[in-house]
Amino acid sequence: MKRILMFLPVLVAVAFGIFLYAGLGEDPQELESALIGKPVPAFELSALRNPDRILTPEVFRGQVSLLNVWGTWCPACRDEHDDLMWLAEDKNIPIIGLNYKDNRDAALRWLKDLGDPYQLNLFDPQGTLGFDLGVYGAPETYIIDKQGIVRYRHVGVVNPEVWEEKLEPVFRQYQEE
Amino acid sequence: MFPELGQVTLIIALLLSVLLAVVPLYGSLTNRDSLQAFARPLTAGQFVFIAIAFGILTRAFLIDDFSVAYVANQSNSLMPWYYKFSAVWGGHEGSLLLWILMLSGWTLAVATFSRRLPSVMVSQVLSVMGMVAVGFLLFILMTSNPFDRILPNVPADGADLNPLLQDFGLIIHPPMLYMGYVGFSVAFAFAIAALINGRLDAAWARWSRPWTSVAWGFLTIGIALGSWWAYYELGWGGWWFWDPVENASLLPWISGTALIHSLAVTEKRGVFKSWTVLLAILTFALSLLGAFLVRSGVITSVHSFASDPTRGAFLLGLLAVTVVVSLTLYAFRAPVVHTRATFGPLSREVFLPLNNVLLMAALLLVLVGTIFPLISDYFELGNISIGEPFFNLTFSPIAVAVGILLGVGIFSRWKKTDEGYLARKLIFPSIGSVVIAATVVLTMGTFDSPGFIGFLDDIQLWAFFGVLSASWVILATLQDLWTKSSSRHGRLHGLRRQSRSFYGMVLGHVGLAMVIAGATVVNNFGIERNVRMSPGDVAQVGDYQFSFASVGEREGPNFTALVARFDISRNGEPVATLYPERRRYVVQRNMMTEAGIDGGFLRDIFVAVAEPVDSNAWAVRLQYKPLVRWTWLGALVMAIGGFLAVSDRRYRIRDTATERKKASATPLPESRPAEAGV
Repeated sequence: MKRILMFLPVLVAVAFGIFLYAGLGEDPQELESALIGKPVPAFELSALRNPDRILTPEVFRGQVSLLNVWGTWCPACRDEHDDLMWLAEDKNIPIIGLNYKDNRDAALRWLKDLGDPYQLNLFDPQGTLGFDLGVYGAPETYIIDKQGIVRYRHVGVVNPEVWEEKLEPVFRQYQEE
Repeated sequence: MFPELGQVTLIIALLLSVLLAVVPLYGSLTNRDSLQAFARPLTAGQFVFIAIAFGILTRAFLIDDFSVAYVANQSNSLMPWYYKFSAVWGGHEGSLLLWILMLSGWTLAVATFSRRLPSVMVSQVLSVMGMVAVGFLLFILMTSNPFDRILPNVPADGADLNPLLQDFGLIIHPPMLYMGYVGFSVAFAFAIAALINGRLDAAWARWSRPWTSVAWGFLTIGIALGSWWAYYELGWGGWWFWDPVENASLLPWISGTALIHSLAVTEKRGVFKSWTVLLAILTFALSLLGAFLVRSGVITSVHSFASDPTRGAFLLGLLAVTVVVSLTLYAFRAPVVHTRATFGPLSREVFLPLNNVLLMAALLLVLVGTIFPLISDYFELGNISIGEPFFNLTFSPIAVAVGILLGVGIFSRWKKTDEGYLARKLIFPSIGSVVIAATVVLTMGTFDSPGFIGFLDDIQLWAFFGVLSASWVILATLQDLWTKSSSRHGRLHGLRRQSRSFYGMVLGHVGLAMVIAGATVVNNFGIERNVRMSPGDVAQVGDYQFSFASVGEREGPNFTALVARFDISRNGEPVATLYPERRRYVVQRNMMTEAGIDGGFLRDIFVAVAEPVDSNAWAVRLQYKPLVRWTWLGALVMAIGGFLAVSDRRYRIRDTATERKKASATPLPESRPAEAGV
């Protein structure tokens, strides 16, 4: 009888493993950010295309925009890319990219090959801004209002359904303010 | 030519590891000495070929061979040679190669220092370590080859190493950490071998102990270095962030700490064998889990290597195979018959497992906190975020409880402790620690509401308990040392008579108390101000005046820096002049904050200059951090304790004949407290 108890560790471990496996490659959806209602954390990052240009949270001022966290190492970002192009070209939505833990050359090549939906890109190879934002895993998309305040966070891929159901209502609401 | 050779040597090492995993084990199961005799040569061969591969990669870095993709991504011709050298393990592929080098190094060490162990045990331990090596060599060859080339368009120069990592801290932090992680594979291999051959006894525990203590010591230093590095290099002034990767290193540390104590009980009293062996498996599994969390992209953190799901899947598979196979083996082979309890409720056999219960609670807490995003996602708990406040709130009571229990446990004896004796022993530490804690809180604390009400304010209360717990441990340890060192031939003789493992224990406990004291004091009484300052401005932080004197510029080897000068004084007396920098790295175009720190045993003064807010004004972070260094010094003291315990004579004088006798004889002689070093 006691022998059966000895199987407990292996059962717990298997359950835990299945759980971790489910987390692998899955995008955790809709994690509330502690930053909602607060300004974008202070940063000073170089622009992806122009290393000499230093960008600060000022880039968010004056327009409602999307902040999209991406990297060339992130397969889900590849899936998302076409929809970002659609948002930028057909819907004229301003998107600011946060190139996260990436390599500058690879990122530029990606934009050249796949098209560039971004107004501009912050280059964050260490993930410092990502850390301050509480980025959980790329891709993530934030709505930033005209005053540079974080209004919404979406974890995972943005596609037309996500845009219409979740992001667009919030986006339009702050655009009208 | 050389890089391809590196890959070939790795493949040869893989073949040798496969042989090591199979041949000696088969030999031990079929009693063929001729096959078991292969264990040591195969171990040596495996180490040599992996070392050659590591040497080739190092050479590629030192001669700036940018045709190797990994070198081109991690290095740059402008970097000084020592950063080129440490850049070898600055990225995923190279750090994995370092990991494997250390694994083969540990295996070689076991082969070398196990001459007195029964050959069956040695063969099986080395075979198990060979299996682990097979897993990691497959991982590196299949998903993360450091020798991949960029051909034919070889870049003219490299992308440069992440500036955060261009630091002395990085040169030694990962190797120390990996020595710890990988070192636990030895305890794991001993546990598996003992399960296979059914020799789960006091002798097995004795053989495992030194290896576990050394690995634990390295891990302790590694974690402390990481914390120290984050403190001065990340520019935030924090020393622990409950970041997933920090937590990933803390998990095996907690489990390893429990293992060290559990091994002590198993060795001395021959009880809790099943629990000890389970801890050995758990500790190594948590080391692997740490690797998985860092490299898979399941959880992001400041430390994450660029994530790659294939690598994550491979590592998860490796972890799954290791854990499932070893725990299944455990389920069938671990002894279920409990040795009849021959100890009283206040015996050391009770206190040590109680410590394990607390440590397991802490472990579970950190684990749940770390993977909580996964949990809330899985069960759709929705919008709950968990972070530093959760850990600080839940971890503090456990740390305090560990300290209190430890102080009592020191005076307990094997088998049975007399209640009156225990109570008498605790009088001095009780009074002393209450006095110290009250003094510290009353002199350092600030009370919004005066008197007793202010004292009961939550934060002050935790500060009180933290200091109480730390001074309780130190006073109890000192009193124990005092009692045990009394001798007819004088105090000095008494002190000299104590074993090294006893002093190891003393240092381990004092170190822990230092960490608790440092963490409590800096978290509760540290002061942090974020202000906007221009040259000429003065800011007040606690008793200190920070005067922003001037701004200048400086050229470094691969960066240009803006240098600020701060004159610090205390009540008018000059204390220090600090030069915090904002560095701009030329190749990667990154801005880095280099803090100005005036370190001291009792307090640190910390100045970091952040972004400019105006043409001549900056956001400046000023901090006063009392006892912050105790957190790292304490860890160092603990680690030294671990190494000291290993150098104890009884681990060196090992005779298989007496081991066997000891193993078969269950009732061990009652140890005198003097030699009951844990």
